[in-house]
Amino acid sequence: MTENDRLELRNISKSFGEVHSLRNINFRVGRNEVVGLLGDNGAGKSTLIKIITGYHQPSSGELYFNGQRVDHLTVPRARELGVETVYQERALADQQSLWRNIFIGRELTTRFGFLDVKKMRAETDRLMRGELGFTSTAVTPDSSIKGFSGGEKQGVAIVRALYFHAEIIILDEPTMGLALSETRKLLNFVREIKTAGKSCIFIDHNVFHVYDVADRIVLLDRGTVAGEFRKADLSLNELLDKMQHVAETGSL
Amino acid sequence: MASNTTPMPANTGFDLGRFLRRNGLQVGIFSVMLLLWVIYFVSTPAFRQGNIYTALMSTVPYWGIVALPLTMLVIGREMDLSFPSIMAMSVTTFVGVNLATGQPLLAFAACLLTGFAVGLINGLIVVYIGIPSLIATIGTQFFWSGMVQVITNGRSFPLNELRGTAFRDILVGNLFGFFPMQMIWMILVAVGVWFLLNRHRFGAHVYLIGDNENTARLMGVPVNRTRVLMFAIVGVAAAFGGLLNAIQISNFFTNLGDGYLLIGLAAVFLGGTSVFGGVGTVFGTFIGAFIIASIQPAVVAIGWAGFTTEVIYGLIIVLSVAMHTILRARIR
Repeated sequence: MTENDRLELRNISKSFGEVHSLRNINFRVGRNEVVGLLGDNGAGKSTLIKIITGYHQPSSGELYFNGQRVDHLTVPRARELGVETVYQERALADQQSLWRNIFIGRELTTRFGFLDVKKMRAETDRLMRGELGFTSTAVTPDSSIKGFSGGEKQGVAIVRALYFHAEIIILDEPTMGLALSETRKLLNFVREIKTAGKSCIFIDHNVFHVYDVADRIVLLDRGTVAGEFRKADLSLNELLDKMQHVAETGSL
Repeated sequence: MASNTTPMPANTGFDLGRFLRRNGLQVGIFSVMLLLWVIYFVSTPAFRQGNIYTALMSTVPYWGIVALPLTMLVIGREMDLSFPSIMAMSVTTFVGVNLATGQPLLAFAACLLTGFAVGLINGLIVVYIGIPSLIATIGTQFFWSGMVQVITNGRSFPLNELRGTAFRDILVGNLFGFFPMQMIWMILVAVGVWFLLNRHRFGAHVYLIGDNENTARLMGVPVNRTRVLMFAIVGVAAAFGGLLNAIQISNFFTNLGDGYLLIGLAAVFLGGTSVFGGVGTVFGTFIGAFIIASIQPAVVAIGWAGFTTEVIYGLIIVLSVAMHTILRARIR
């Protein structure tokens, strides 16, 4: 590996009881790089992501952040290391207010753990008017998010990831349920991540979206890395052929 | 929704619409209380005298002090059916330590510690063994009330020697001769729980866990620790409420806590806390407790048969929970 990798996974395996979800995964994310992760349902994409975010502990293998080995990664530790994730399931609390959702698990506090509600409301208000683009006065930082549209909820999840100065942003099926214009906005957002010098892991069912924004594409199949390509070396058609081949035979 | 289309007034001064949207449930329960009170006041002379209020303020805190943190537990999507036996077990400790050392303050500390420990055990069983709290706490309710009988041999213990002590006066004395100290304690507990729930990270986590546990875990909320602590806090409150009760009547009966379970829960749900977690207020439970407690004296004062009490309990609980459900669907 190079010291310059933001993240490297070495020989990571994960089993749940008898089920081997991941086997000897080697995976890296460079600085300022968008890595597309492709694979069928059950290929292990979500498990891989949840190991990087500290939600699951790997059964074996090693994790490195910026060249430093990290054992016993937890969710708070991963967030400290700059990993922010926009989960497929959004990871929002529907009945809670917008400001509570923005600051889940990272509430701004004063001494003794008391909440700085005023500041969190103000920050949420600022994010709403800026990044989230809410203009309606009916939506306030105290609005609960259960009435939001899919795109608005996605916006909340993304803005939340950005607020905390992420170094690696993981997007897990972010275009699911989004309208066309919202999807275009999202893909632009991924390009901005790169422009801003951050790294990104982008997972999507839609190969076209992945090919569009990724610098490098990693193909997962049944818990192993079936292939890895730089976009520059591969046309979209070649990628589609390879994916078809992997799906049929399990190898390249 | 209408509120989306009506133009909102500028953010200056008091904004009724926003206040109602933020606090709809509390306003709802408060209105119910006012309405009932007007009915009582008009229909019976008893409610036009002070005694009944002193009586309510003296007896509600025993279990009301538990219902307040119980609200937090229910918001966190858990339940504790064992708090009556925690009351009895903790006061058993109080009596034991007080008899052994003659130091009520030390006994007081031991009492609260017992409540904390028993609550903690509930939490550990629920969180780390994974038994649903509804079932786990049925078990611990039997276990601890049985333990109390075993330890005490079923005897009761008079606490007369505490009469006239500052210790007793501070806990259950009468301020100005008519205002029970336990009411002050209940208000203090309510303020404390409110701060914990609404202005502390702990409470923020409780709401998140109750709303969506998976989200809380994904976002790194310390789910297990928070859930265990919720049970322990209910335990401490049960110890305190139980002790106030025993000291007020200057006797510890081993069935202390009997009859408090259902009214305690009723106060929580009447107050608008959702059975499904994630929603609820301390204020609602506070008001709910007094509504529940007022029904029986009101029924008696109006001159209906005492049996009617439970019919009215039932009606009020079902109606108010229905009201909350409907309001919640509308207010956002």
